[in-house]
Amino acid sequence: MSIPSVSSGLKKYKGKWTKDEATHLLKRTMFGARKQDVEYFSEKSLRKTIDELVDGMEEVPQPPINNYNDDNYTDEEIPLGSTWITATKQNGMNSGRRRNSLKAWWVGLMLNQNRTLREKMVLFWHNHFSTEMVNVDNGIWLYKHNVLLRQYALGNFKEMVRAVTYDPAMLKYLNGNNNVKKAPDENYGRELQELFTVGKGPGSHYTESDVKAAARVLTGIRIENKILPEAHGIFDVGRHDDTDKQFSAFYGNAIIKGKKGKEGEQEVDEMLNMIFAQEEVARFICRKLYRFFIYHTIDENAEKNIIEPLAKTFRKNNYDIKPVLKELLSSQHFFDIANRGCIIKNPLDFTVGLCREFEVQFPDSTDYVNQYGLWLTLQTQASQMQQNIGDPPNVAGWPAYYQEPQYDKIWINSDTLPKRNVFTDKMIINGGYARATKKIMIDPVQFAQSLPDPANPDTLINDSVKLLYMMDLPDKEKKYLKEGILLSGLKGMMSDHYWTDAWNKMATSPDDAANKKDVTTKLKKLYQYLMNLPQYQLC
Amino acid sequence: MNRKEFLKKAAIGGVVLPSFLNGISLKALAGTPLMNALNGYMNDDRVLVIIQLAGGNDGLNTVIPFDQYSTYTAARPNIALPEDKVLRLNGFDGTALHPALKEMQALFNDGKLGIVQGVSYPKPNFSHFRATDIWMTSSDSDKIVSTGWAGRYLNNLYPEFPNNYPNKSMPDPLAIQVGSVVSTTFQGPAFTMGLAISNPNSFYNLIEGKVNVDSPTRWGEQLDYIEEVGIKTDQYASVIKQAALKVTKQSDKYPAQGKNSLADQLKIVARLIAGGLRTKVYMVNIGSFDTHAKQVEDADRTTGNHAKLWQKVSEGINAFMDDIKYLNVADRVMGMTFSEFGRRIKSNASGGTDHGVAAPLFYFGHNVKGGIVGNNPTIPAIATVNDNVPMQHDFRSVYTSVLQNWFYLQPADVQNVLMGQYPVLQMV
Repeated sequence: MSIPSVSSGLKKYKGKWTKDEATHLLKRTMFGARKQDVEYFSEKSLRKTIDELVDGMEEVPQPPINNYNDDNYTDEEIPLGSTWITATKQNGMNSGRRRNSLKAWWVGLMLNQNRTLREKMVLFWHNHFSTEMVNVDNGIWLYKHNVLLRQYALGNFKEMVRAVTYDPAMLKYLNGNNNVKKAPDENYGRELQELFTVGKGPGSHYTESDVKAAARVLTGIRIENKILPEAHGIFDVGRHDDTDKQFSAFYGNAIIKGKKGKEGEQEVDEMLNMIFAQEEVARFICRKLYRFFIYHTIDENAEKNIIEPLAKTFRKNNYDIKPVLKELLSSQHFFDIANRGCIIKNPLDFTVGLCREFEVQFPDSTDYVNQYGLWLTLQTQASQMQQNIGDPPNVAGWPAYYQEPQYDKIWINSDTLPKRNVFTDKMIINGGYARATKKIMIDPVQFAQSLPDPANPDTLINDSVKLLYMMDLPDKEKKYLKEGILLSGLKGMMSDHYWTDAWNKMATSPDDAANKKDVTTKLKKLYQYLMNLPQYQLC
Repeated sequence: MNRKEFLKKAAIGGVVLPSFLNGISLKALAGTPLMNALNGYMNDDRVLVIIQLAGGNDGLNTVIPFDQYSTYTAARPNIALPEDKVLRLNGFDGTALHPALKEMQALFNDGKLGIVQGVSYPKPNFSHFRATDIWMTSSDSDKIVSTGWAGRYLNNLYPEFPNNYPNKSMPDPLAIQVGSVVSTTFQGPAFTMGLAISNPNSFYNLIEGKVNVDSPTRWGEQLDYIEEVGIKTDQYASVIKQAALKVTKQSDKYPAQGKNSLADQLKIVARLIAGGLRTKVYMVNIGSFDTHAKQVEDADRTTGNHAKLWQKVSEGINAFMDDIKYLNVADRVMGMTFSEFGRRIKSNASGGTDHGVAAPLFYFGHNVKGGIVGNNPTIPAIATVNDNVPMQHDFRSVYTSVLQNWFYLQPADVQNVLMGQYPVLQMV
C-alpha cells in the first residue's frame, strides 16, 4: 500500500475546531481523551486550549508513601501512610517495595492528571533520559530523578541536560559516579552525545575520541550521599582530569582547557555550550517530539517543513521547550486529517487511557493501600504489554520510538496483542481486577448514560465510536453492533425501539433486575467488541 | 496478489516454486539443479537457535588468552581472572574459559561447542543501538538497512509471506522469538517473519470477523498491520499449542522455572522443535552484558556480575543440548551466540570495561565442528584506553557458514541475503 506523504507545514491551523479536533489533540497530549475534557476544550479556542495545556500551572504532587508494610516486612523508620522520601535507611527489604510504591504513584499521577501536557512530557523525557529503576535501585534517588523530569518537563532543555548530568540516579545508572581521571568510564560521555543531545541522525558526526574527551571532562562528578534524603551530584576536584581535552572537527576542533581545582567544573559548562552550539541538537529533539506526538516516519517533507523550522524555533528560544510544543501542536500538520489516528497506542496510553476514558473508579486516598495496590496492578498490565514504567529496556528507551522500520508497530505482536485483549476483556466482561475488597472495572451503563442519547441505538453506537476511535467504523460493522449485539435476542431484532424500551425501562422500572442485567450484558458486549477491534489500538 | 505480482516477488526472493512454472510438472523437473536446490530448501528440517547477549560481552574475560597471562593481567589489573581458576580446553593449551563456563567447557572438550575468535566488522560502531542494528540487519557499518538477515533468508525461502501463509507446505511459524518483542533480525521486506511467544500453552482467542478497511492512509496502514498480526496469531496459535502438548517430559538439567530466564526460554524452544514445528529460526536473549562497572567481585574475581551472566548461559546451553538429545532432535539443531560488540582490552577504574570492537562468538550442536576458529588476540605489553581486540572474522562470515553449510542455501542466494560474499568458516 502506498501512503501519500503529508505536505502541510507548521503554519497555524485555522480550520474548524470541534470535538473531533479536541479529541485528536487530547489523545496525543494526555492519557486518553475523556469526554468531559473534550467538551471543556472544544468550547474554548485552539489557542486558549494550547496555552492551557502547555502553560497550565501545577502544584508539586504529594510524594509517594509507605503502602508496603506487609506480613514479611515493617518499615521501622517510616510509618504506613507516610512518605518514605525522607528515609535515612535503605536495605534489601525496603528498596524493591519503595520502587513499586514509586511506580504505583507515577501511574496514579497519570490517572489523575490535570488538563496539561506535563504528564505526557514526563513520559517523553523518561524515554529520552532513560534510566532503569532495577539498576539504580535507590528509591530516593529515583524519586529525585522523577521530580527532576517533572521540574524541567516544560522548561529549558539545556538546563535539563546539565541537571541530569549531576542527577544521582543518572550518575549511578551510567557510571558517572565511577568516572575518575585514572581510568575514565565512558558510559555517560557517550550517551550524553548519542542519546541525549546530538543524537545519531545524518547530521551528527561526533567521533569515538569525542566520547573519550567528554568522559574526561566529566571526571569528578559523583554522588554526594552523606545523608540519604540529601543525596546530590557534586564536583570532586581530586577525581578530575585537569589536562586539555581535544574535540573533533564536528565540534570545530574545540579544545577545552584543563582546569585545576574547583574551576575544573567550568569545563562541564564549556562542553555543554560546545555541544549545544551544534544545530543537530535541536533537530534531534524535534525529531523525537515528532515521533512521540505525530507519526513514526519522518519523510523528506516532514524534515523540510516541520523538523527544520521547528528546530530553528528551539534554537531561537535558547532551548526552551514550550514555544516548540506550542508551534507543533497548533500546526496545520498536527491537525492534518492524514495524521489523525495513525499512532499505535503505547501500553500506558492503552491501559491508563482506558481507565480515564471510561471513568474507572479507583479507591481514594483514605484507602491508600488498595489505591496504590490497584495503581500497581495497572502498571503491571502495561509492563506485560512491554512498557514497564521506570524500567525501559535500556538506555535508549523503548524501541517503539527509534527502531526502524517497525517503530510503534513493535508494541503489537502475537504475544502482546492477545495480552491487550485479555486486559480489555477483563475490564469489561471478566470481572475487573480486584485487590482485597476493592475492584477496578468499567461500568458500561454509567458510561452509556454519560452519552447524549443512549436510548437510540444508532446514536449510542456513533457516540461511543467517536469517543473511543479516531476513525469512523464502516457501516457494516455498525450494523452488526446494533443488530448482532444491542438488539440480539430482543423480540423483533430489526426494530430499534426494542433497545429504546429496554434502556428506558431501567429508569422507569429500576427493580426489573432481568431487564437491567440484559441491558448491562449487551453494553458489555458492545464495548468488548469495540475494544477488540484493531481501531481501538490507534490514537 | 495476482499471479504476475507473485512471480515478480518470487523472482526477487530467488525461489520459484515449480507448480507455478506454466504447468511444468514436478516430475519433469526432478534431478535438475533447480529441484536439488528446492530439496535443500523444502525438505530440510534443520533449525538455528540464536542467543543474543545484549549489552556487549567482554570477550577477553570470557575466552582468555592463556598464553599471554602477564600482559592480560597487566591490562586489567582490577578484573583479570586468576590463572589457576580459568578452565582449560583440550587440544588448545593457549586458550581458556571463564570459570563460570563449566558446562560449556565440557561441551567444548566433547567437540559439541566451538569458538570463533575476533568477530566484528570493518569500521566498528560503539553505540549499542547502531551496533545491534548492524548485527541484526547484517549491513555494512555505514549503511542503513531495514530488514533483518534472517528475515531476508526466510523471505528467500517463503517469498510471499505473509500472504497465503500458513499453508500445507509451511503450516508453522517461519521464525519464533521467545519473549514479547520480535527482533529486527526477523524483519522481512513487508512484514516481520517472526512470531513472539512467551508461553506456548496459553493463547487467547482473538476476535473473529475483522473488517478489512483497506484505507490508503497512515492509520489504514497501521490498521492493516494490526489485523494481520491478529490473523497470524490466531492461525498459528493452534499449531504451537499442539506442538507444545506433544512434549510432556523434558531434560531434568534445566534449573527451576524462574531461576534462569535464558534456560526457561531455551526450554520452550526445545519443546517446540520436538513438538514438530518446522520453524527454521528461533531467537532467545539475555541482557546486562554492558559491564562498565563492577563486573567482578573484588574478594573473589571468579564471581560477580559477568560470572553470574555466563553461569546462566552455560547452564542454559547445557540443559538445552541435553534436552534436544533426550527428545531425539539433536541432529537437526545448532545454536550460536552473538553480542553487539566486545569490550576494551584495558579495564576502567570502575572495575569494568568500556565498549570495544571484536569478541569471540560461540556455536554449538551435536553436529557442529568443535574447536576454535582463529587465534587469540594479541594483548599489547602496555595497553592503553585506545587498544581494541581487532577483527579476525567478519560476523557475516559466521552467517554465511550457517546459511551455506547448515541450511544448504545456494552460495548465490547466500550472497543475496547477506548482500556480499564472505569467507566460509569451518563451523559445520
